[in-house]
Amino acid sequence: MSLSVVPAHWLQGGIAATDGEEGFQAPSTEDFWWPIFGSDTSNWAFTRPSFVMMASVVIIGWFFFTVVGRLSIVPTKRQWVAEQGYNFVRNSIARDVIGAKDFRQFLPLLLTLFFLIAFNNIMGVLPFVQFPTMSRIAFPIVLTLIVYVVYHTVAIRRKHGVLNYLKSLVPPGLPGWLKPIMFFLEFLTYFFIRPLTLALRLFGNMLAGHLMLLVFILGGEYLLLHGSTIFIQFSGLLGLGFGIVMTFFELLVQFLQAFIFTLLAALYISDAVSEHH
Amino acid sequence: MTGNITFLGYGLAAIGPGIGVGLIFAAYINGVARQPEARGMLQTIAFTGMALTEALAILGLVFVFVFDSTP
Repeated sequence: MSLSVVPAHWLQGGIAATDGEEGFQAPSTEDFWWPIFGSDTSNWAFTRPSFVMMASVVIIGWFFFTVVGRLSIVPTKRQWVAEQGYNFVRNSIARDVIGAKDFRQFLPLLLTLFFLIAFNNIMGVLPFVQFPTMSRIAFPIVLTLIVYVVYHTVAIRRKHGVLNYLKSLVPPGLPGWLKPIMFFLEFLTYFFIRPLTLALRLFGNMLAGHLMLLVFILGGEYLLLHGSTIFIQFSGLLGLGFGIVMTFFELLVQFLQAFIFTLLAALYISDAVSEHH
Repeated sequence: MTGNITFLGYGLAAIGPGIGVGLIFAAYINGVARQPEARGMLQTIAFTGMALTEALAILGLVFVFVFDSTP
């Protein structure tokens, strides 16, 4: 068992290859495999994203428990931050999408999803952590599974049984020959496409964003330090500068992805609780 | 010249969703400019549409790595 804080393939000569005659090694999906304990050959590994996820749960829990413990009419800075976040999820996501009648019981789920994803995504650009947890597919899959189970369970309860739920997938007033085709399409949407895209969107955005930052920063570093002429070195400097700009763009994307994931979860739940269709 | 053709294919495939997302936000900005009080409702619709359109690009990105031919 070895303790390491860099991607696994760096230790197997990756850095040497970058510095040696073989030239620049483009960043790949291997840059996302960061085991702290264990390796690819051992039966289990405690990786960096799992550490970030555990830390995020502790930090978010500590933040909200301490804020709720000392609520005051004139809010402190921390209470203000917590209230703004809470209001944002409650009013512009839950109440607007699910509707004023039913949104209250889904608020804990949506709040948890939003803050967990937002915090873990922002870890992708926070110095010394700089690893978006959601760029490992397992984390989005688990979050999506929770949403998937919730919206199907709610729909089956609200529409009185599995059969009625399946019937309600077809919109009313269609000609008879169209009904089987429509049922097939709607079934595919509700049971396969929705969860698949929900998980892959978050995963894909985080993976692509982090990969892009790696390209600009590692590529810029390589051009700057190993470039043969002054022009190549200058373009490396430009690449590094653009990497900094893209980091701020990533901050926006990371927040937006947390928002979209929560919004879509709310949208699927609102489809489940609505009476018609 | 060495490289992987799947990335080129993904670049081409991203054109379509790019245009689609552009159209959606153009319509959203138009709608808000004409009727600013409808902003909240339009925002939900716009982001839903964007999520659906963007899903195609995201699937493409995943397929790049799935069909990666380099060993």
